[in-house]
Amino acid sequence: MRLPAGGRCYDRRVVAAPALGRLTDDQRAIRDAVRTLARDRVAPRAAEIDRSAEFPEDLRVLLAEQGILGLPFPERHGGLGADLLTVCLAIEALSAACATTGLILAVQVLGALPLLLAGSEEQLGRFVPGLASGRDLIAFALTEADAGSDAAAIRTRAVRDGETYVISGGKRFISHGSVASLVTVFAVTDPEADRHRRISAFVVETASPGFSVSRLEHKMGIRGSPTAELAFDEVRVPAANLLGAEGDGFGLAMRTLDRSRPGIAAQAVGIAQGALDVAVAYAGQRRQFGKVIGEFQLVQGLLADMDARTEAARQLLYTACEEIERGAPDAGRWSALCKLVAGDAAMAVTTDAVQVLGGYGYVDDFPVERMMRDAKITQLYEGTQQIQRLVIARALLARKP
Amino acid sequence: MRIVVLVKPVPDPGEERLGDDGRLDRSVTAVINGNDEYVLEAALKLVEAHGGEVTLLSMAPAGITDPIRKALAMGATRAVLVSDPALAGACSWSTTQVLAAALRTLEYDLVLAGADTSDGGGGVVAAGVATLLGLPYLSHARRIEPLDGGVRVERLSAAGHDVLEATLPAVVVGTQLLGEPRYPSLRGIMGARAKEIAVRTLAEIGLADRPVGGAHATTALLAARQPAPRGSGRVVRDPDPVAAASAIVDFLVERRAL
Repeated sequence: MRLPAGGRCYDRRVVAAPALGRLTDDQRAIRDAVRTLARDRVAPRAAEIDRSAEFPEDLRVLLAEQGILGLPFPERHGGLGADLLTVCLAIEALSAACATTGLILAVQVLGALPLLLAGSEEQLGRFVPGLASGRDLIAFALTEADAGSDAAAIRTRAVRDGETYVISGGKRFISHGSVASLVTVFAVTDPEADRHRRISAFVVETASPGFSVSRLEHKMGIRGSPTAELAFDEVRVPAANLLGAEGDGFGLAMRTLDRSRPGIAAQAVGIAQGALDVAVAYAGQRRQFGKVIGEFQLVQGLLADMDARTEAARQLLYTACEEIERGAPDAGRWSALCKLVAGDAAMAVTTDAVQVLGGYGYVDDFPVERMMRDAKITQLYEGTQQIQRLVIARALLARKP
Repeated sequence: MRIVVLVKPVPDPGEERLGDDGRLDRSVTAVINGNDEYVLEAALKLVEAHGGEVTLLSMAPAGITDPIRKALAMGATRAVLVSDPALAGACSWSTTQVLAAALRTLEYDLVLAGADTSDGGGGVVAAGVATLLGLPYLSHARRIEPLDGGVRVERLSAAGHDVLEATLPAVVVGTQLLGEPRYPSLRGIMGARAKEIAVRTLAEIGLADRPVGGAHATTALLAARQPAPRGSGRVVRDPDPVAAASAIVDFLVERRAL
């Protein structure tokens, strides 16, 4: 058996032929380029990133140099102006090799979306060039210890004082919170207002006095992606960093998630494809009872179901991206649908991949146990699968007959 | 500095196969010849440091533009693709004449080429081009540096390297010691679509009715066969160099090679 740990899980000759019809030439070329990079430069690092639980700064630099971190940003501010599907193709290709690395781009999208959706031209000009070049990372700080799914219940406060706001409180489970130079922070500006008008969004520079990382989580998967608890001790933020108007924060957070969840779905599809590729390669080499195990129908059944789940999730993701990009009124439904289906597919497919590899799948000589641990988070973050169902059902029930 | 890099689309190494006519099947995925990517990288570094631009020159069937596009995405300015149905089955001598004729239509200071190709492997075309054009020929370069009106090359030799200098224009053949080729950036990929690939026929480079192409091949393919697959090699990995060395010695003694 010749599959080293974290190694060639994305061999070109192993990958099932993807449907090309719906992709433009640019999308196809970008996907192929990112896939090559993922195979050559990211996959060989994946096992070590997982083992050491250290943020892969070398790969952040690589993504920056290659322009991958510039994909989601407008061209006039130094980005590549790629559409949502193209961004997701890149996240998918990276995540097939290493979910932590795919997340570098997904979190950059998540953190920057409030700015891209509500930022003034002055704010875009101030912050986007650094983000598009990949010099700066940006995190998204909504969740608090007691406000996860119930995001409107956050308690971090922002109090206006002349030309600044003073932010006090804490945030938890913030991806990249310890490596980002900017954080989009959601804080209560008017405790008396209606539940969905209490909150405002600010771009906070992490170099600001009073900002600190109070601890890092020890996680089951995506171990190279630092998940931080952030403390805000009277952090002064210029009023010029308020995104949109006071009270816009909650709506902005929800609109952000409408566009960011496909990134997580893309990460999930990538993880699933990576696991499927390893399982197919293994089934073609591992011999038991005198033949390769891929000749046994029970193994074939597992592989076929894995492929069906992965491809179905992928096609739903691509459709969701197209619907959201064209401004569909039920964008929230599409983004919830694709994350729900893709997250569950990633969990099922990686679990089956471990099954195909048997005992070898359970040990870290092969990457599938890592992929299974990485897959779990896609059912949890940016809204649990239960929240996705709420979003979908509410969209259905709100439809006029 | 205006640099022309000779690039050849070749079948993706590992996927080469012979067609029924015994010729290489060129319908499989084509990539830029590996050695050519190294000299392209060197050319890009030279123009980044000293100004100028890089033009790709290739002879290939007209449909094979993906590898050329990738080389453009790495940073070349434009590409010239000589393509003519009469060139199918061309020999190295035809290729040499075609590239030399195409170069006569271009302005350049330096022509760079890779040591050889992964499909044909002749390694003679660049020398032939230099001869036909009457240009200095500097081979096996591991380092290329511009001089005022000239070029200095470190040429690999058995004992180390020779330092060669020539006036421009000149033809330089590079080795992989020039440095790893870059990955095309996404910006480069998106920009490459807008770059020009000028397709030229034999007539357009002044070779109409000349004895070049498959019908005038100076070499003929008599037979071709796929070699039997080699058994997998054995790699000795031992952190202790003494143990590794004795493992290799044992292996050779076992086979009476020592």
